[in-house]
This record gives sequence, C-alpha cells and structure tokens, in this order.
Amino acid sequence: MTRAALRRLTRRAALYAAALGFIGFAGFPFYWMLVTAFKQNRDLYVGASDLSHVPWIFNDPPTLEHVKLLFGQTDFPHWVLNTLFVVAAVVIITVAVAVPAGYSLARLAGRWGERLGMGIFFTYLIPPTLLFVPFARLVSLLGLQNSLASLVLIYPTMTIPFCTWLVMGFLRSVPWEIEEQAMIDGYSRLAVIVKVAPRLIVPGILTVIVFTFTLVMQEFVYALTFISSVDKMTVSLGVPIALVRGDVYHWGALMAAALFTSIPLAIVYNVFIDRFIQGFTMGAVKG
Amino acid sequence: MMERRTFADREDVLGAVMLAPALAYVIVLVGVPFVLAIVLSFSNATAGSLSFGWAGLGNYAAILGDPIFLRALRNSAVVTVGTQLLVVILATAAAQVFRATFRGKRFARFVLLLPWAVPVSLAAIAWTWIFDSTFSVINWTLKASGLLHGWLYWLGDPGLALTAIIIVQAWRIFPFATVIVLAGLASIPQEIVEAAVVDGAGFWRRLFQVELPLLLPVVAVAVLFGVVYTATDLGVVYILTGGGPANTTHVLPTLAFQRGILGADLGQGAAIAVFLLPFLIVVAVAMLRLARRAEVGGAAR
Amino acid sequence: MAGVDIRNLRKQFGDLCAVDGVNLSIREGEFLVLLGPSGCGKTTLLRMIAGLERPTGGEIHIAGERVDGDVPPRARGIAMVFQSYALYPHRTVFQNIAFPLEASRLPRTQIAEKVQRAADMFGISRYLDRYPRQLSGGERQRVALCRALVRDPKVFLLDEPLANLDAKLRNTARDELKRFQRQIRTTTVLVTHDQVEAMGLGDRIAIMDRGKVRQVGTPEEVYEDPVDTFVATFVGQPPMNLLDLGDPALPPRTLLGFRPEHFLPRSVFQPDEDVRAFRFSVRRVEYLGSDRYVYGSISDGAATDTTVIAKLPATIALAIPEGEQQEFAVPRRALRYFDAATGSSRKI
Repeated sequence: MTRAALRRLTRRAALYAAALGFIGFAGFPFYWMLVTAFKQNRDLYVGASDLSHVPWIFNDPPTLEHVKLLFGQTDFPHWVLNTLFVVAAVVIITVAVAVPAGYSLARLAGRWGERLGMGIFFTYLIPPTLLFVPFARLVSLLGLQNSLASLVLIYPTMTIPFCTWLVMGFLRSVPWEIEEQAMIDGYSRLAVIVKVAPRLIVPGILTVIVFTFTLVMQEFVYALTFISSVDKMTVSLGVPIALVRGDVYHWGALMAAALFTSIPLAIVYNVFIDRFIQGFTMGAVKG
Repeated sequence: MMERRTFADREDVLGAVMLAPALAYVIVLVGVPFVLAIVLSFSNATAGSLSFGWAGLGNYAAILGDPIFLRALRNSAVVTVGTQLLVVILATAAAQVFRATFRGKRFARFVLLLPWAVPVSLAAIAWTWIFDSTFSVINWTLKASGLLHGWLYWLGDPGLALTAIIIVQAWRIFPFATVIVLAGLASIPQEIVEAAVVDGAGFWRRLFQVELPLLLPVVAVAVLFGVVYTATDLGVVYILTGGGPANTTHVLPTLAFQRGILGADLGQGAAIAVFLLPFLIVVAVAMLRLARRAEVGGAAR
Repeated sequence: MAGVDIRNLRKQFGDLCAVDGVNLSIREGEFLVLLGPSGCGKTTLLRMIAGLERPTGGEIHIAGERVDGDVPPRARGIAMVFQSYALYPHRTVFQNIAFPLEASRLPRTQIAEKVQRAADMFGISRYLDRYPRQLSGGERQRVALCRALVRDPKVFLLDEPLANLDAKLRNTARDELKRFQRQIRTTTVLVTHDQVEAMGLGDRIAIMDRGKVRQVGTPEEVYEDPVDTFVATFVGQPPMNLLDLGDPALPPRTLLGFRPEHFLPRSVFQPDEDVRAFRFSVRRVEYLGSDRYVYGSISDGAATDTTVIAKLPATIALAIPEGEQQEFAVPRRALRYFDAATGSSRKI
C-alpha cells in the first residue's frame, strides 16, 4: 500500500470515528430511553455497582408493560389532547397575527420595515424566565390561572416575534414582481394581498406552523408557572412533574413518554431545520 | 375621468392595519410585562394579595446579602460560560465532520439533531435517570472499564451537579450550533477556499487562517443564541437538581421561580430575574453590531 | 390620443436622486426605448409611469389625463411585462392570461373567447393548459406579452423583456416584438441597457444617464449626432474615439470625435476626398471575422497616450503590421466636435 493511500485510509477512519463519537453523544439519551421503556422492572432496577449485570442491553425479553401503564393508568393521553388543543389554538393565533405582520414589514412598511422587524425580533430574546413573574400576576388578575387558556394567551408572545421575522425573511426571497404584475393587471393592493399573496407565502406559512408546533411542544416554564392540576397539564409539563408519584419514579413509563413525544418532533425538525436556521442566522449568513 | 386611489390601494394604511395586531401583542404582552418585571422588583407585591407597595431597593438589598442568591448568580455565570466553551469546540469539530460526505450521513444528521428537537423537560428527565444515584449507567460503565473505583453521586454533590448541568446544556445546544456553523461554512465562497488550496495551504492552515476568520460572525450568532438559551433556561436545573442539594446548584431562573412563584414573593422573584438583563443586553448589542457588520459587508460585495 | 407626457419628473430615494427632472413626450402609437447604463433611473421612470413608484415631484399624463399621485396602477390603462415575466406560478397559461380580465369582471364566456383569440395571435394556444414552469423562455415571454395585450391597454410598458432569453433566441424575439407592435400600434415604452436592442426596436430612443434624459431621437439621430460625449461613447460598439489634439484650427478645449468605422487607412479613400489625415501608430490588431479592430494612438498632436480604435470591415484586405506607423484618415463629414469641459456637442 502506498503512503498516500494509507494516509487516506487513516483519514477516512478518523472521520468515521469522529462521526460515531458525535452521534454517540447526541443519541445516547435516546438509546437509553428506548432501552428503559421496554425493559422489565427486574432487568431495569439493578444497581449500577453490580458489574455482572450489563445495563446497556436487554438481559430479559423486552416488555410493553410500561407503555401499557403510560397509556392506561396515567394522564398521559389526556396531556397529549391538552397539548394538541393548545398547539391548534396557538397556531391559529400565530398565523393570523404574524403572517400579515411579516407581509406588512416586508412589502408595505417601506424603509421602516427592516428596523421594525428587527425590533420585534428582539422581543423574542426576552426570555420567559424574565416575564413569568409579571405574567403570574396578569394571569391571576384575568382569572386564567390553572387553565389552558392562559397558555393560549401567553405562548403567542414567543411565537409571534420569531414568526413575523421568519415570514419577513421568507418574503425577501420571493420577488415582488408577481404582486406588482397583479396590480397592473387590474387589482387593488388589497385584492393582491387577498388573491395573489397567500399562494406565494404558503411555504412561509408552513414554516410558521411547524415552528409554533415545536415551540408549544417544548415549552415548560409558563406551563409550570400557570398550571397546577394534573388534568390540565401539557406533555412537556406532565411527564417530568406528574408521572412521579411522591418519590417513586416510574422510569419505564417516563422514558416511554419521552420517547413517543420526541420521535414526531425529531422528524418534523429534520425536515424544517434549514428554514429555522435561515431565520436565526439572517444577517450573519447571506446567500 | 380615471378612477382615483381608494383605501384598498393605500400601502401605508394596509401596512398599518396588518401590522397592528402583532405590534399590539408584542407591546401589551411583552413590553408591558417587561416593564412590570422591573417595577415589581422594586415592590413588595405578593401573589396572595393585590396590595402593592414600594420597597425601593429593598429587594435588591435583600438578595445581594443572600448567599444563596450570590451562589446562584455565580452558578449562572459558570454554567453559561462553561456551556458555550464546550459548545463552540464541539460544534466547530462536528461541523468539520458533517461537511464531509460519508455513508449514513442522513441518519447521522437525524441523530445529531435529536437533542435539539426533544422538549427540554423530557430531555432533562432522561438525563436525571442517566445520572441516578443508584442506577446511573455512567457509573456502571466507568466502573466496568476500570476508570472509577469509588462512586459518583452526580446530582448529590454540588461540583458534580454543576458539571452534569453543563453537560446537559451543551448536549442540548451543540447540535443547533453545529447546523449554524455548517450553514456558515456553506456560505463561504468556494473560490476563496480554492484559492487557499492553490496557494498551498494545508488542512490546518485552511481551517485556522481562512475558514475560521470567515466563520467568526456565524459562530458569534451561535454563541449569542447559546447564551440566551443557557442563561435563561429553567427546565434543566429545575428537573435535574431542583436547585439542590441544599440550594447549592440554583441558577437565577430557578431561584426566581422558587422565591417568586413557589414562595409567592413576587417582588424578590422579579428582582432576581432582573439580574438576567445584563446578560441579555450584552447579547442584544452584540447581535445588532453583527447585523450591521453583515449589512456593510453585504453592500460592499 | 394615447401618448404619455412626462413633465419635470423627479424621484428621490433617500439621498439618491434616481430620476432628476425628466421631460419626455411619448407620441401615440410610438415605440420608445429608454436606454441607459444600469442605475441610470430608466427602470424607476418606467415604474413611475406604471404607478408602482410614487414620484417625488413632477407630472405624468397618460392619454391626456394626469395620473401621478392618485391613480393606482390598475386604473391607468397600462400593461407591463417584467424582465422575469412575472407569470403566476400556480396558474395555467389560460388562467394567467385570464387574470387581468377577471379583474374587470367580464362574463366567463367572454373571457374564454378573448383569451383564445389572444393566444392564437401569439401562437400559444397549444400551451393553454400548461403551467409556466413547463414552458421555455421564449414561450414564457409570449405568454407574458399575450397577458399584457389581452386587456387592450393604452400603453405597453416593457422592462428588459429580452434580457432573460439566450442569445440565439433574442434576435427572433426582437423581430417578433417589433412586428407585433407595428401590427397593434399601441404606444410602447421599453427599457433596456442593450444598445443593439434599442437601435433595432425603437422608433425613437431616449438615452438616460444619472437620472437625466440626455438625448431623445431616432436611432439614426442619436448615432450620427450625439448631443454629448456620454451619448457618443454609450451608443456604438466600439465607442466613438474622442481626442483632445490641441489643434490650433479649433477653438481651445475642443474634443474631436469620430466613429471607429470611419477611421480607415488613407489609401481606402479617393485622393480628392475631403478627409482629415492622422499618423496612426498601430499597437495591436484583433481579427474578428467580419471586422478587424486596430488599436493604437495618434502620433501627431497632443493626444499620444489616448487609445484610438479603428474598425476595418473584411472588405479592406490591406495588411496592417503591428508596431508600425500608418497613414489613416477620417472623412470630414464624419467628424464631430465636443466641448471638453461640459461634454456637449459643438457645431463647427
């Protein structure tokens, strides 16, 4: 073997080793969820000091007992429904508010659009952890404490700024000429917005929906602050907070819940990640 | 006579009408609460009653004299900085790997993105199980491979707990940073890299003298978002340690939650949360600068 | 009458004055070309006529009615074809052409009839069910023109409609465009930066530079009698040669101008022809098939460092050795004079 070929081979090997390392680090907790969710209890609860029992593999046949517990005897299905309800409501509000706003900033506001858009985007950087104290007060003043309505009211504060920015950025990549053509073809500005623009923004709207969906699925702080009864919880709150009975963690059921929630989110994310990244890096990365 | 302009033709009117709801939402439900957060921090408001009185700097004096708060402030800084260091190293390295083509890359990318997609709270609970005092798979593996002789109480020891928190935060954020760096790599004009190769630059020279300087603005964006995500995150610490043992691992958000919501002392909770502001202002200013630089650079091209 | 009158029109973008006091009268039925380098304000001017930009000052009259300010694009009786053709991507060719008619709330049967007739005229009836992405560049252009025509506009506005076509198609498309305009006789304004296109299409050409119209005239007028050095060098390929020879026979600070195709070896002219002769040091000769370009400088007079180009047609087979001095000449009737300070032309 020549020297160059040997070098190429070691490079290749190093590349695969590094890739394997990164996937190992990123994927390890998910593997652990998978193993835990389907292990029998006597296989699961063996102290780590017992070196003869290898925790990485199924020492006993896998079982569906934790999954059955999760769906049959916990509030998990209820939380899924709650989450879907909140997702639907927040998606509707976000699309109805952020899409026109993004359009307005990109197409109608003129020289001010860019700056105003930047300003709105910056409110996305104000974190829930700074706002939950005043929100706690506001929500109780409105009598919305411990209700899903509080989440529907507050979540758009996170989705609207980012989605307005996303739509604005998306429209920058859509040429104006089609809309101008419609104005020349005999339509008013309003008619163009109603008849022509929606078809042009469809991919942008889709991104908004997906972003809103993932954000609502992930939100924890506001849910923790506003919701106290178990039957009102969302998945991301209920699983870590309410699947724990006193001091007893049902680790199998917990990990099953985490796994089932993560998989659909991960798939959606994979499809849309590039669009989100465009939103995050706009300005720093052009082209 | 030709038809004149009507309401439906006026861009300024339509623009204002379409922007109004978003602007109203942002002002009423972000702007006002933001101001309220600062106002509350100077008050003695409690969750139980609607009474509201000025406490002046009382809340600040109280927390600045409180060792638990000072510990939380330090923890916030340590976790934020430590996480970003880890993230930058991991992300630039991972980006170098993932820009190459190799077998199974699509699957690898899917796995790489998992930590970013999963809800924070669910990831945190999984890590709680991984760091469990009795069943920790990490301890088993370390012992089985002969690296560990005693026992690591991951979430029971303040130093180890902070390490665990940094590991989880870095795990959660580095995929996002990797993708941003990859986007940055893709946007480097191929001619520049090729020119460097033609000029005889090897891999390391190309990396350090050509690519990294060009990547700097992009890495900065990743770091800025990373700072916001770690400094303001409540979920990881809340679920992993709950601030324990003995209030040694609190960060500002968890302490604010404990005092403001669980302890019903809104004034003090708000005051603690307000200490996040310097972090955020630094980030916001840095982002504005970057955006302007990118604009100037873009105009020059 | 359906001409366009533009009076002292201005458009300011922040600090930049894109259109700076333009006066222009476009006659009914005329094909006028706005020609200029990129950034000269020609597209902004067109967009103001269309109503897509609001003027900062001045007036626009279409068919005798004032439209600047308060008349929206839809009410101006204009049609416009964009460089990208701006076809609605989600609509078929039929629906694209029908779209302007739907705006005027015509009955369906009448729309179908009109679309069919217009499509026949452009030979695109076969494509009516296709989507724009399924068409070639030339077909898209025809669809765009067809859609513009179907409304019976008073004025056609075309923004670089040929720029997106490849070089092979461009000649045919130009010919089609001109024939079609002759046939319907609708006032047409076309914007381009391509002088060949402008010369070939325009009844008259308006040449713009830095927001101002420099000259309006027939292709022949702007080519033969440019009003200033900008027009002289912008129109014509290679550009007109301009020399400051310091000739005592001319008023001081006068530039002498002549076209490369008029600058030929002395031996080509009759001995008694009224020519101005030059000693020409030949630096380099470019063989281009139908022509030869000869680069060099004039060695008598004060302008020895100005590059002068001669364009010799293939019919002149004379050998031109590089590096030698040659006797060249320009017929006196082809000489033009310009003021060196202001650039404007000077009659002598």
